[in-house]
Amino acid sequence: MKILSSLFCVFLFSFSLTLQAKVESREFANAQMEEDYKTLVAELRCLVCQNQNLADSNAELAVDMRNKVYSMLNEGKSKTEIADFMVARYGDFVLYRPPVKSSTFMLWFGPFIFLLIGALIAISYVRRQQKSAQSVVDTQTQKRAHSLLDDD
Amino acid sequence: MARYALLIGFFIFMGVFALVLDRMGKGEYNPRDIPTEFIGKPAPQIHVPTLFDADKMLNSDQFRGQLWLLNIWGTWCPECWREHAFLNELKKAGVPIVGLNWRDERSEAIAMLNQLGNPFVEIGFDPDSSVAMDWGVYGAPETFLVDAQGVVIAKHAGGLTPGVWQKKFAAYFERSAGSEQTQ
Repeated sequence: MKILSSLFCVFLFSFSLTLQAKVESREFANAQMEEDYKTLVAELRCLVCQNQNLADSNAELAVDMRNKVYSMLNEGKSKTEIADFMVARYGDFVLYRPPVKSSTFMLWFGPFIFLLIGALIAISYVRRQQKSAQSVVDTQTQKRAHSLLDDD
Repeated sequence: MARYALLIGFFIFMGVFALVLDRMGKGEYNPRDIPTEFIGKPAPQIHVPTLFDADKMLNSDQFRGQLWLLNIWGTWCPECWREHAFLNELKKAGVPIVGLNWRDERSEAIAMLNQLGNPFVEIGFDPDSSVAMDWGVYGAPETFLVDAQGVVIAKHAGGLTPGVWQKKFAAYFERSAGSEQTQ
């Protein structure tokens, strides 16, 4: 039974591999070129499905952009040359890791600013809770003290 | 008091939300808009076969010396069908529009023009996005305005409507008409 299920798994795996090979079958002159290609399509953003990179997107423009990256690599263009080519046309937006400059300041540091604001609110809230909890105890002990005093 | 503050905050948030939605609905704001890199820069050269004749080349240099529009369209794009009537009107008003048929089938594109009319002075055929990529195009329709010196001066992503035209493009044509009269 165990053998059967693992055989089934192997069958499924082989199926998915053939499918992938069909989607992306490119030949590279050398390993470095393949490496560069993979980095580029992972770091360039698909302009159509803006939360996907070129590698993940099936949008037609993404396919054309992958083809462009591939053909530029074959022309002997470097990784930075290709990234610059895309930035010249689509702006920093096309990069998943845009450079830090004044226009991208909020993008890079905004989340940390919000985290800081949130932390400050949380700290002041906790402090206030602690203070009021303390005062409750205080009045209770005071009452008890008073009643004890009255009893005497 | 704190509870009211939360409620008021919620309503302010809803108000902002409604405002943004309203502006999106009117086509005044598109969150997917990417700021174009080309305003104020020389327009990329176009050199592709024309839609009607694959042996004939369209060269954008031939439009030097005049204001012209570049309109990127495709039969697969619903908004292109919607804006087409207005493009026909612009043609009647004497605005030269160069079309770029993007990622399309030749026969389907020609059939669409036969059905709706042809507002273009010249149409380039760009099935593999080579021109589209040079112009930083990421969706259709998209319209660029190029001046007599070949510099991109305005751009609109999305359908061209009389409202958009008045806001983004009309002034340039009125100005050029005025300067022609004085010369």
